[in-house]
Amino acid sequence: MPKLTVDGQEVTVEPGTTVLQACEAAGKEIPRFCYHERLSVAGNCRMCLVELEKSPKPIASCAMPAGDGMVVKTNTPLVKKAREGVMEMLLINHPLDCPICDQGGECDLQDQAMAYGRGLSRFGEQKRAVSEKYLGPIVKTVMTRCIHCTRCIRFATEIAGVEELGATGRGEHMEIGPYVEKALTSELSGNLVDVCPVGALTLKPYAFAARPWELRNVESIDVHDAVGSNIRVDYRGREVMRVLPRLHEDINEEWISDKTRAAIDGLMRQRLDRPYVRRNGRLIPATWAEAFGAITAKLKGVRGPRIAAIAGDLVDAESMFALKLLMAGLGSPNLDCRQDGAKLDHGARASYLFNSTIAGIERAGALLLIGTNPRLEAALINARIRKRYLRGGFKIGLVGAKADLSYRYEHLGADAEVLREIADGRHGFAETLRQAERPMLIVGQGALARRDGAAVLALSRRIAENSGMVKDGWNGFNVLHTAAARVAGLDIGFVPQAGGLDTDGIVAAAGRGELDLLFLLGADEIDTSALGRTFVVYQGHHGDAGASRADVVLPGAAYTEKDGTYVNTEGRAQVGARAGFPPGDAREDWAIVRALSEEFATAGIGPILPFNTLAELRSRLCALVPTLAAVDSITPAPWSAFGVDGPTDTQPFASPIGDYFQTNAICRASKTMAECSAARTPAVKGATGTHG
Amino acid sequence: MTAAVGSSTFAFSPENKAKADKAIAKYPSGRQASAVLALLDFAQRQSGGWLPREAMDYVANYLQMPLIRVYEVATFYSMFNLKPIGKHHVRVCTTTPCQLRGALALVKACETKLGVKLGETTSDGMFTLGEVECLGACVNAPVIQVGDDYFEDVDAAAAARILDSFGQGQWPKPGPQIDRRNSAPVGGATTLKDLIA
Repeated sequence: MPKLTVDGQEVTVEPGTTVLQACEAAGKEIPRFCYHERLSVAGNCRMCLVELEKSPKPIASCAMPAGDGMVVKTNTPLVKKAREGVMEMLLINHPLDCPICDQGGECDLQDQAMAYGRGLSRFGEQKRAVSEKYLGPIVKTVMTRCIHCTRCIRFATEIAGVEELGATGRGEHMEIGPYVEKALTSELSGNLVDVCPVGALTLKPYAFAARPWELRNVESIDVHDAVGSNIRVDYRGREVMRVLPRLHEDINEEWISDKTRAAIDGLMRQRLDRPYVRRNGRLIPATWAEAFGAITAKLKGVRGPRIAAIAGDLVDAESMFALKLLMAGLGSPNLDCRQDGAKLDHGARASYLFNSTIAGIERAGALLLIGTNPRLEAALINARIRKRYLRGGFKIGLVGAKADLSYRYEHLGADAEVLREIADGRHGFAETLRQAERPMLIVGQGALARRDGAAVLALSRRIAENSGMVKDGWNGFNVLHTAAARVAGLDIGFVPQAGGLDTDGIVAAAGRGELDLLFLLGADEIDTSALGRTFVVYQGHHGDAGASRADVVLPGAAYTEKDGTYVNTEGRAQVGARAGFPPGDAREDWAIVRALSEEFATAGIGPILPFNTLAELRSRLCALVPTLAAVDSITPAPWSAFGVDGPTDTQPFASPIGDYFQTNAICRASKTMAECSAARTPAVKGATGTHG
Repeated sequence: MTAAVGSSTFAFSPENKAKADKAIAKYPSGRQASAVLALLDFAQRQSGGWLPREAMDYVANYLQMPLIRVYEVATFYSMFNLKPIGKHHVRVCTTTPCQLRGALALVKACETKLGVKLGETTSDGMFTLGEVECLGACVNAPVIQVGDDYFEDVDAAAAARILDSFGQGQWPKPGPQIDRRNSAPVGGATTLKDLIA
């Protein structure tokens, strides 16, 4: 291992580290623009120059491998002069528009110009100006500010896997951009804003909205997919101004998906801010007492089996738990959290988790994707697969619909028959999986949310068992969820109780008039037109499909407005935090359910729920489901039999996500997401403002 | 992964396709992108001296490269023209040695003769006038490049003559425009005379 001397201090580093990293290990700060630890080394900004003994000139520390016996100096007059020179060069064409620049206050160039610059320029000529580039509805460009560090090009090429950015022209005429202007086709494009060290790429929806020092922030968890990305929510008053990624090496590294970042404008639109009761076919604003009264009146004398509840995709564990207790008190066995009808086996925890863990993908040797498009269903898991793929020696097979996943794979087929062949060892890919060290498979909801879902699950289990995916210290059987609420729902058993109906059963029974009351907790993705004349209570935060069908609407809180526990697809419990209060009369969801139970108790319908605070609720929940108490840790789930062997359909698997930008009520209320969606779909010829 | 398929109304002629495949065969399999410069050149010649986007997209798809990587190459090299040009691309070298030998006057002469400024195309579409960086023919400075040919030791009169004959549909003789053989000394050999004799 190379041993270096940095400013007289000895450091020993791993072979393959750079001088810059060695300096950091010695506690020295090295300014940089182009260097980014997750991207390849470019070495073109020259800001990281340091003095190296026996070298005739300063060296770019980011591009120089650390060698044994190197003597590095980072605080000499030569280094100071070199940095001042580089900074003066970088600023030659950089506009002095910090006061109107959205990067102001959190700009690397601004900070480093303060720390390492001369403070004045000798450049008297005209600065060059560069035209703006269109990169889609999320990334705003002011290309005159660009310092050509090429981080964005490298991010797009390496991490996102879409080679759509480049440097065209040369010398003074070099420009960064897509050349042919169109929206980036990546689900990770918002991260360009984070990697850009200057104000060239900024967040379009956030343009001129706030300064960083005006914002307060909380550390929270994202709910737009089941990855459980760690986020920082920046807010001002009640309004969420932006969402930034928070470093979590095992989940999202330092990236977040575009939906996580840019769907937040949906939080301010289409909100349910007061209770509603349907009278004469119209939803009329009401008070909480009126809304509760309408529900209680409806429930009087109704037997438990004629009541049902479905929980949606964005719900926190506490609310689901409270609703489960409420339903138990009413004697109803009909509850389900799988509103897509996925045939997930809630008995065996290993059967519905991403057992290998997201970070575990990097240790895997081969991958079989079943009925999933991870790029749309979990963009960051897809980025992790790509990261593993780029390292080489990673064979990927796909059973399902062909799609550009940003890596090469072998398309094995589209339906369950291929799975049977692999399970029986009659398919070539079975051998690939067997040969690989630590093989893994990922089953998507597209393969499970169908009539033969249980059989597909059983087939996947057989593949896992027959190809050595489950062994000591490794479980390569993975289910990829699309809903942030799903794993928590299964963990706490928000599923049909003895003799109860599942989602399909509930909807069918409602259509046949066999239900008297259906409680939708943020459930918008079911067929709300098929519920017949059933009395529907919708509790949630957005006026979407569920609320428009409801007879009583109870306004709840969105994920940024409540503390709540979410369990990601790996089975990792994480706690989200409240950034602001819900709008108007809306309340936190667990509190609404608790208040409703009190109303029921008064009317003599059911018992009062045994908790008065969220902490009390949580301690009960954790006592019942210990995995929820172990925040941010993974409890390996024991392997057992699951799934039901049976015949499979011949219809091909399809991803559950048609339009990446329109998957839940928040996205559907978001203007930015609508723009993103429109940018992806080819324009209709002759479309007008009212088109579609 | 390769990027989306771009527009393509362009396709190589059979001869160019054969040449392209020959160029690609020079590189190991999987490294076909190395032939991008050759293919762009063929595409430019086939498209009348410039590279429409369709041609760049075609080359990208031909080499299974992301479109942007081809755009980067095509915009980097000044030999690729991204806008339509006249039938003859006249480029005057204005790098230091040529400049010392009167290149700037030559540019003026060409501008006057053709009635266009640098970077412009004559209204009849015959000539596009441009400048070019060092062509490596400094010993015969100043130099004008027309298409693939170098016209060396050019003065204003010679330039006018050359442009005239191009204008009349002829191909004047390239090389030194004065009494001189290649890069040999003006007026014949000055050393080793007895060896030649």
